[in-house]
Amino acid sequence: MIDTPAAAAPYLNIESLWKAFGDFLALKDISLNIKEGEFVCFLGPSGCGKTTLLRAIAGLDLQTRGRVMQDGRDVSNLPPSERDFGIVFQSYALFPNLTIEKNIAFGLENTGRNKAEITARVAELLQLVGLPEQGRKYPAQLSGGQQQRIALARAIATNPGLLLLDEPLSALDAKVRVHLRHEIKELQRQLGVTTVMVTHDQEEALAMADRIVVMNQGVIEQVGSPTEIYREPANLFVADFIGEMNQISALAGPSGVVRIGESDMQARPHAFQPGAAIIAAIRPEDVIPHGKGARSPGAPDRIKSPENAFEVLVDEMEFLGSFWRCRLQNERFGGGELIADFSINAVRRLELAAGTQMMIELPRNRLMAFARSEYGA
Amino acid sequence: MNLSHSNPVTLPAGRDVRGKLSRDDVIMRGGMIVIALYLVVTLAFPLYAMLSKSFSTFRFELAQYEFQVSDEAGVFDGTILNGAQLNQSTGAYSGGDLAAGSDSRLAVTPFFPDFSFRSPVQYQIRNASDTGRFLVGSDLYDDTDWLTLDSNTFRRVQLRPVKSRGIDNFVNYFSTPALFNSIKNSLWIAVVSTIVTVTLAFWFAYALNRSCMRFKGLFRLVAMAPILVPSLLPGIALVYLFGNQGMLKELLFGASIYGPIGIVIGSVFFTFPHAFLIISTALAISDARLYEAAISLRATPWRTFWTVTIPGARYGLISAAFVVFNLVITDFGLPKVIGGQFNVLAVDIYKQVIGQQNFEMGAVVSVVLVVPAILAFAIDRLVQSKQVALLSARSVPYQPTPNPRVDRIFLAYSTLVALFIVGILAVCQFAALIKFWPYDLNLSLNNYAFDKMDGGGWASYFNSIKLGLLTAVIGTSVVFFGAYLVEKSNGFKVGRALFQMFAMLPMAIPGMVLGLAYIFFFNNPANPLNPIYGTMAILVICTVTHFYTVSHLTAVTALKQMDREFESVSSSLKQPTMKLFARVTVPVCLPAVLDISIYLFVNAMTTVSAVVFLYSPKTTLASVAVLNMDDAGDIAPAAAMGMMIFYTNAVARILHLIASKGVLARTQAWRNR
Repeated sequence: MIDTPAAAAPYLNIESLWKAFGDFLALKDISLNIKEGEFVCFLGPSGCGKTTLLRAIAGLDLQTRGRVMQDGRDVSNLPPSERDFGIVFQSYALFPNLTIEKNIAFGLENTGRNKAEITARVAELLQLVGLPEQGRKYPAQLSGGQQQRIALARAIATNPGLLLLDEPLSALDAKVRVHLRHEIKELQRQLGVTTVMVTHDQEEALAMADRIVVMNQGVIEQVGSPTEIYREPANLFVADFIGEMNQISALAGPSGVVRIGESDMQARPHAFQPGAAIIAAIRPEDVIPHGKGARSPGAPDRIKSPENAFEVLVDEMEFLGSFWRCRLQNERFGGGELIADFSINAVRRLELAAGTQMMIELPRNRLMAFARSEYGA
Repeated sequence: MNLSHSNPVTLPAGRDVRGKLSRDDVIMRGGMIVIALYLVVTLAFPLYAMLSKSFSTFRFELAQYEFQVSDEAGVFDGTILNGAQLNQSTGAYSGGDLAAGSDSRLAVTPFFPDFSFRSPVQYQIRNASDTGRFLVGSDLYDDTDWLTLDSNTFRRVQLRPVKSRGIDNFVNYFSTPALFNSIKNSLWIAVVSTIVTVTLAFWFAYALNRSCMRFKGLFRLVAMAPILVPSLLPGIALVYLFGNQGMLKELLFGASIYGPIGIVIGSVFFTFPHAFLIISTALAISDARLYEAAISLRATPWRTFWTVTIPGARYGLISAAFVVFNLVITDFGLPKVIGGQFNVLAVDIYKQVIGQQNFEMGAVVSVVLVVPAILAFAIDRLVQSKQVALLSARSVPYQPTPNPRVDRIFLAYSTLVALFIVGILAVCQFAALIKFWPYDLNLSLNNYAFDKMDGGGWASYFNSIKLGLLTAVIGTSVVFFGAYLVEKSNGFKVGRALFQMFAMLPMAIPGMVLGLAYIFFFNNPANPLNPIYGTMAILVICTVTHFYTVSHLTAVTALKQMDREFESVSSSLKQPTMKLFARVTVPVCLPAVLDISIYLFVNAMTTVSAVVFLYSPKTTLASVAVLNMDDAGDIAPAAAMGMMIFYTNAVARILHLIASKGVLARTQAWRNR
């Protein structure tokens, strides 16, 4: 995005939002800014409050406390009809007894447009979503993916300032989903409409969002770009929820050192007191394979160079198409196992097979230290 | 940065954000309040009036009256005599004589043994307190001034009772065996009818759902026929079959059809379709996979029946049992026609009110009748809520396999049941066309000359059609709109919960009770709604309210199948919700709307219980005419009118079917892929 001053001013401003259902707090002090034209995903497990937050932004279920500002206007207590947004639901919510054309035209009526203008706009929208020939059909005559596109066309028909997508793809099968996710993103870029999408699918969020808001139990765990969220998870929850992550019980050393089993490992700088119980974490694809090697009896299993390298036994290998997932074992390694994803090339080059001994390295800038969390390890 | 550690986990103090109401919210809440008020005025207020009536007692308070007697010359000596003391000294009235009804009067001359209306003695009377009231002729005196009367006028003095609240009426009821025996009678016939009907209906439904016999469509049609006639029609048929001059009287071996036997047979007839529908639904949703599992486990058919079929249908069976129980115990028409000396609660209400004009006692019996009715209703609701949980989206429908021997047995059984139903109807039609059973068996249409009989003549038939149409149109609009508002409006939780409760209440209130409650509420001159008493309007209102619950549930079921987000989408598009309602909701729910309207029409045509208290000479009804003609001994014309109702409803059903198909073809094109 180009950082012009206009784009820097938040379009949607959420201030200290709380939502209570009886004693249950679905949202706890949520604050968030969304810039104009941005595509933001609310990502989290079911029950984390992401849909509640979306419905509060839409005014469909009002928050208990807090403010929502849209385009400089306080919309906190306005009904949906007095806000400015279009919405697409998981169920599409297309009107079954109206044709596709009439579905799309529904929001265009009573807006001062005459019939010809409405017809033209409907045709334009059908063209935009790539279904120019389907206007006379009924929703039930279209496939799920087509219905979703019509729902999208209906939502953007009146050029709303904000587009809200509530799990728009989760009712579709995998192939269609991947295809549509690309199309929606493309359409959003084309229209430049500020978009908020709720999803529980991390892949979807990583592929589509400019920024991801990771939520859990009613709070925001982290806000960041997809690469930030993936590469620099703020805590163990984010690290665990997005992508795969090895979690190894460890003790903190001085900053930049973690102690796993009996070995000190070089790691990213951290702020834990030496001796504190922590979780050392590394993604499977960050484990570097260094080649076959048998351990000579009595020799230390840690090699000084390269750092963080040690010997493991390949216990099991699972072929997952584009890579091999290997379970690695080393009894000194806290007794646990380590999952590593090795490329097919590496496996072939190093002649890895179950039962072989090999050297691996945990690169220091990929080995992270997290507090042992209340989420349970 | 783990926010969850630093966050406070309690809601900060302050006021909850209160949403600004949109125009749609205001319209929807307003509409809901209007319909809720309708239910309050047409249901809650009348029931309250009835309840308070059952606790209002009347008693002559003799201490409230004072008398003076002159000598022969008409001179008073100033001695004041108190009524209570006079009664004590003369023993004119016993304690029981002083218990009264609202219209009771008490003569005062028995207090004066020497009284003669020809004597020149003068009398003075006054109320000793403000609450005392007495009549001279028809003039009411409620002040405390002395009134001087000559003997001839004094003869016309009558004391009026004082109203108070208490349980005297109930005490009275439960100390009168003739009255409280009806409780036992009602429960007895309800239980017996329930057992017989549910058993018959179960095997009939089983045959239709689980066998490969032929003519299933025809059997289904026949099974539903009793819904189209008033509940008292089978009574008339039974009189012709087994009555004193009955065609098959010998089959009873001397027992009388007038009494429990007749009531039970008739009840089985008119409750059969209700039980059949519920049980059939329960059997239809059974899961084929369970039967496959049973076969693979080599269970015998007998064991499969008891371990799979019956448990699967148990909620349906229980629900059917309570529905039948409720229908029988609250039914009035049938025991009225064929009950003879066998008293039941619903008829007691009628007798107390119409026969003896004892409204208080009618109210007491109503309260007594409401108890089992509400109980049965509550248990049924509980059971039905459990059945929903039993349904699974992955169930595989059961497909019966042919078994010639079993299929033949079921065919024979179903034919017997169908013959019973068709037979009852055929007897009525036959009776209607016979000149004078059993003496002149020539065919004639004399019995259709309703204008020559009691009951209002042909006018009552057309009144019934008018009532049916008005009820269908107005009732469907009110019910469906109300259901929409309560299902789809935002917030306002307390109001919506209350509305749901009010919508469920009519089902628990027996028709007789509702009708009587209407008398108490609407016939009160102080009620601003009093003018509608005795008009078609009150009949329509009463019928809509009487049949509100089932209609409401039908509408709610249809509305629940609509996407919950339609309203959200519509408001995000800034379109009025009423536009959505008209353009999408009503067209999509049209099948349900049509179902509600035919349900209301048919019931308006057949109902007797509520309207029997409310019709006026200008608004006589066909169903009530059947009752009245039967009461007057014109049984054949009663049968003829009953069959007119049957044919009308049958035609209405057919029209409904055609209309549904046409409407579906036109507006539901989207249903076909």
